[in-house]
Formats: sequence, C-alpha cells, structure tokens
Amino acid sequence: MSFSRRQTLAIMAGSGLSVMLGGRMALATPTEELIANFTGGAEITGEGLTLTAPEIAENGNTVPVEVDAPGAEAIILLATGNPNPDVGVFHFGPLAGAQMASTRIRLAGTQEVVAIAKMSDGSFARAAQEVKVTIGGCGG
Amino acid sequence: MIARRHFLQAGLAASALWGASGFGNWSRLAAQQRLGQDDLIGTGGPGNVTLIHITDIHAQTQPIWFREPEINLGVGEAQGLVPHVTGAAFRKLYGIEDGSPLDYALTYDDFVALGREYGRMGGLDRIATVLKAIRAERPDALLLDGGDTWQGSLPALRTEGADMVRLFNALGTDAMTSHWEFTLGIDRVNEIIETELDPAFLGANIFDAMWDEPAYEPFKLFERGGTSIAVIGQAFPYLPIANPSWMFPDLSFGVRQERMAEVVQEARDAGAEVVVVLSHNGFDVDRKMAAQVPGIDVILTGHTHDALPEPVLVGNTHLIASGSHGKFVSRVDLDVQDGALKGLTHRLIPIFSDVIAPDPEMTALVEETRAPFKDEMAEVLGTTESLLYRRGNFNGTWDDLICNALISEREADIALSPGFRWGASLMPGQEITREDVFNATAMSYPEAYRSEMTGETLKLILEDVADNLFNPDPYYQQGGDMVRVGGMGYRIDIGQPVGSRVTEMTLLSSGEKIDPSKTYVVAGWASVNEGTEGPAIWDVVESHIRNQGTVSIDPNTSVDVVAG
Repeated sequence: MSFSRRQTLAIMAGSGLSVMLGGRMALATPTEELIANFTGGAEITGEGLTLTAPEIAENGNTVPVEVDAPGAEAIILLATGNPNPDVGVFHFGPLAGAQMASTRIRLAGTQEVVAIAKMSDGSFARAAQEVKVTIGGCGG
Repeated sequence: MIARRHFLQAGLAASALWGASGFGNWSRLAAQQRLGQDDLIGTGGPGNVTLIHITDIHAQTQPIWFREPEINLGVGEAQGLVPHVTGAAFRKLYGIEDGSPLDYALTYDDFVALGREYGRMGGLDRIATVLKAIRAERPDALLLDGGDTWQGSLPALRTEGADMVRLFNALGTDAMTSHWEFTLGIDRVNEIIETELDPAFLGANIFDAMWDEPAYEPFKLFERGGTSIAVIGQAFPYLPIANPSWMFPDLSFGVRQERMAEVVQEARDAGAEVVVVLSHNGFDVDRKMAAQVPGIDVILTGHTHDALPEPVLVGNTHLIASGSHGKFVSRVDLDVQDGALKGLTHRLIPIFSDVIAPDPEMTALVEETRAPFKDEMAEVLGTTESLLYRRGNFNGTWDDLICNALISEREADIALSPGFRWGASLMPGQEITREDVFNATAMSYPEAYRSEMTGETLKLILEDVADNLFNPDPYYQQGGDMVRVGGMGYRIDIGQPVGSRVTEMTLLSSGEKIDPSKTYVVAGWASVNEGTEGPAIWDVVESHIRNQGTVSIDPNTSVDVVAG
C-alpha cells in the first residue's frame, strides 16, 4: 500500500475498512478521467452519499473531509482543483461496521471537493462541496 | 406550526402598543415632549416565556452615538431583503416617519440633526432599568447575550474582559455565545469561564481541532413558567479565518449545519418544548440555517449588527435582530402550549439614554470598572469637524481618519483598515478623547504594520475580502464589511465572481493605475499573522490627531460601487 501522499491522514472507522490512497495515478489526471475509471463510465444517478466539509477552510493545508454512504462498497474522494485531484478511494469490506470515513486533505486553493460512492446494487452516487481557501483577516 | 391567527393577534398587540399609526405615534409623543420611559419599554405580549436579547455590545457601557449604515448591500437571495435595506427604503418598509425617534435609531439620514434632538443611545445603566421593568412583570425572563461583549473599549482591553464579565454577571445574564471573546486568547477565555463567569458559555459549533470533538457546552435547558426551553449557542463560524487563529490554536469552528440539526434533536429529546438558538452567525447565515435546519423556533441573531423592528419569519423560525453597542434590547414573549410554540410577540426597545432613567446601582458598578482608567480615557486629543462613523459596506469617516493616520504617521502609499462593524460614532464639533479612539480600535492584535506589497497582492486582498462579503452563498460570508482603503481608489462590481469584482485600482496621490508588478508601501493594522510588528494603532491615530489638532474628513469618493 502506498501512503506516500503528504498531508493526508486517514482515520479509519470500523473494522473491515481498507483505504487505498491515491498513489496509483502517478501523473495528474483530469477529474473526469478519474471518475470514469471509478465508475467504468456508468451514469451517476444514485443517492445516499453525504460529503461533509467546511464551507471555508480554517487551514488549507489540513481540511477535514468526511464521506458517509450507508451500503457503499467504495467511495472515491477528489480535490478537483489540486494539481493531482485524486485524494483516495475508500473500500468497505463486508465486515465494515459503517461505510464512512474521514480524512484531512490539503487544498491548493478554493475548489470543489467531489466524492463518488459505488453502492452495493452497482449504482453510483455523487456529492460535492465548494471549499473556499481564503487569506482571511477582516471579519468583524 | 403556528396558527395564522396568532400572528394577527401579535400584530394587533404590537399595533396597540405602538399606536394606531404604527411607529409614527412616537413622533407625536416626542414632538409633544411626552416620549417617556414607559412608552419605550412598553409591556409584553401573551405567553409564558420571556426572552431578553442583547448582542454585540462591544464593551460599550456608556451611552454613545452610533450611525447605522447607509450602504448595506445584499447579494444572491438576500438582495433587497432586510437587513439589506437602509435609509428611506427602510423607513417605508416599517412605516417609520421621517425625523422620528426610530428614524434616528434605525437609519442614517440626518444623523447629526436627529442625534442632537434625541441624544445618545445605550448605556448599561439604562439597560439595567429596562431589565428591571421587564422582570417586574416577568421575574423569570431569560437574559441572553449574543457575544462580542468582552472587547471594544479601553477598560475591557486593560482588564482582559473582566469589567464586562462582572457587569454582565450583575445584569443577571443566563447564557452567552462568543466571537471576539476568543481574541483574549484561549487561556484567558477558559480562565473566565472557570472562575469569573455566571452565564452558561455555549457554542455548539466550537470543536477541538485535533480530535474534532465538541469543546464547549452546546446548549442549556432552562425551566421557566413550567416550560422547558433549550438555548443553543452558535459562535461566530469563521473565527480562525477572520481573527488570529494562533490565539486559540486548538479550536475549530464553522457553520456545521449538520451539528446544529443534531443538537436541536438532542435538545428536543431532552424535553425542550421550545428551541432558541443564540447565534453569532450573522443575519444572512442565520436566514439560510433557519431554512435548512428544522425545529428551531427562534434565532436570536448577532454579529452583523442589524437592528430590525419586527421578526423575520423563515418557515416556522423567527429571526430576531437586536442591533449592537447597547442601542437596543429585544424582548420576545413566547406562548408555549402543549409542548410547542403557539405565538410570539416581539418588541425592539431602543435605549434612548435621555429618556430611560439610569439604574443607580448599575451606574455605580460601571463607574467602579471605569475608575482606574478614568483620567487616561478623558484626555482630549483633538477635535473633529466631521461626523466620524464606521458602519457601512465601504469606507466610513472613522476609517478614513485611521487610514490618513496610517499614511502620514507610517509614511505609506496605501493604507488598509479592517472592515470591522464595531466602533461608536463622534459628532461634528466634538472633542476626541483617548476613550473615543479606543472605542474604534481596542483589540488584542493592534500592531500597525508597514510592509511592501505588489499591486497583484493588493488586488488579491481586495478580491478575497470582497468575496467574504459578497459571495452569493451566505455560508461563505464572514460578516465583516469591505476592507477600508486609504491612498487608493477602485471600482467594485459586487455581482461578479471572485477575482473579477475589483478593477481600476488607482493610486490617488499620482492618479496612476496600480501596476500588478510594482511594489507599494502599505500600512495597516489588525493582521491575523503571528509576529506582526509595529506600534499600536491607537498610538498611531492619537499622534495623527494631535498633529492635526482639528480633524476634518472629506467625503470619500474613491470607491465606485456597482451593485444590483
């Protein structure tokens, strides 16, 4: 397994959860291509995936992101605005207590964070959230 | 579900209180010199639970001048909606007569003339009188403080909030939430909570950054009049971004809408018959949260300093906006029956300091907290010929004065002053005391930096702050106003996306366009970066005022705003 990605810390919840972080795609690949690889080109019409991320990052170097999709087999997480958008794929085995995972990712700037879940019935669900990375300092 | 009938009743009650012609009745009373304390405080509506809301007092214990904004632009779905309505449009919306007391209290026009007629507003001793009057009728009324209480004056700065903690304890505050409180530093905040503070310190959205666990109590259940009321605290969501995160490094905030939904459910499960959110989100964020999170009966809004004479209803959630700086106190009477809210009556009580008698005990206590600093605060630094005010989306005259001070005292091309919404106004002809300067500048990271920035960096800063103010999604707004700029003009089209709003940046001294690659000397204050160096901003401003003797601020025409 490759855990080489800097700034990525996965907190595993439940037994039977394995994490494959994105070292496989060595070269920067467009988000669409990563999604197509994950879905095999299938349409994304399903529901049941929740992506939780801050609207504005408190620290762009370590942004907490959580994905939760009851019944999912795998969830891919993508930082669409990073030079290398693939954050990782979470695989959930049959013994997984819950199909959720949380991690912290580094964001190069304001961008959309996208997750796609592969559900056990073969359908795919999508969730996305804009995360703003700001210089801050003038709230009042 | 609240029956329509109850709103009609509430409306009738309010009309009866305000008189047949609504707010206009006050003008007649005032004209007849009959505007009295009882007219202002009034009586409550039907119901068994009374809430009293004060928020964003910014350590203003004394009656003050405070001019409401002329420009307060709404974007996205909030465009044209309160609180983004000012001046004549605001008066028309609420039926407020020109020149009436509420015109003076709630809008900006003719501020100087009306101020001279109606006098200063606020004062903790006047607020104490109002609280006593409400409690005489409803002894178990809940007093809820929306935060930004421990910062904003010289005594609060010197005592690290101890004066305000003591005074709000004495008022009998039941619960509070927070924002600027955390700029005292995490150790001081926790010391206050553990050893000095009477009210419950609530913040459902304050988390430990490392473990992502709640760091403070999210809510408190109160039993009043046989009714169980949950008060949920919601701290300012963007503290680590808008204020220096190194002062509270282990805390994480955020809107955390899902968390709010969980806490509402938790409160209901614990037996709450009515759920009140004591919020420092800012009005537009609260309006969105009310639409997205079910089960909240009342949101006592804060942070954006809006004062509204009527609640705003979003679904079944009532949003109350109680202003800032002690100008107003909101009284909210809830009729809770069979475990649910059946009716609500609201009254925004303006604290006209010449009409409401000071409570002698509170006067004495406030004087005690001010005594160690009295001589220092009273020192006259100069005089102003102009009205000095801050509030508004773009430059106010107080900030123009601060920017002028930064440019002259720090020998800079360009000055930046943060878009804070706090700071009392000063009337033309008024002497400027040291206390007045601290009322506009007192905070814990006051270093006035002097550095070099490229035109590209300046553009980036302006675009970033503009997006914090004008992002069409309220959850991406931070609730401050636009950064104030001295020595440079620009054009802003608020409807554009980030990166495209600010154009025609011009160096005013030469009339030349700002060159992205050229370096400019920039002075500013309130940097969120640790280790910022420079003299305190109040010393810079004091030195400038002393050099000027009499200050006069020309109308600022350097920002060209495109909106709507």
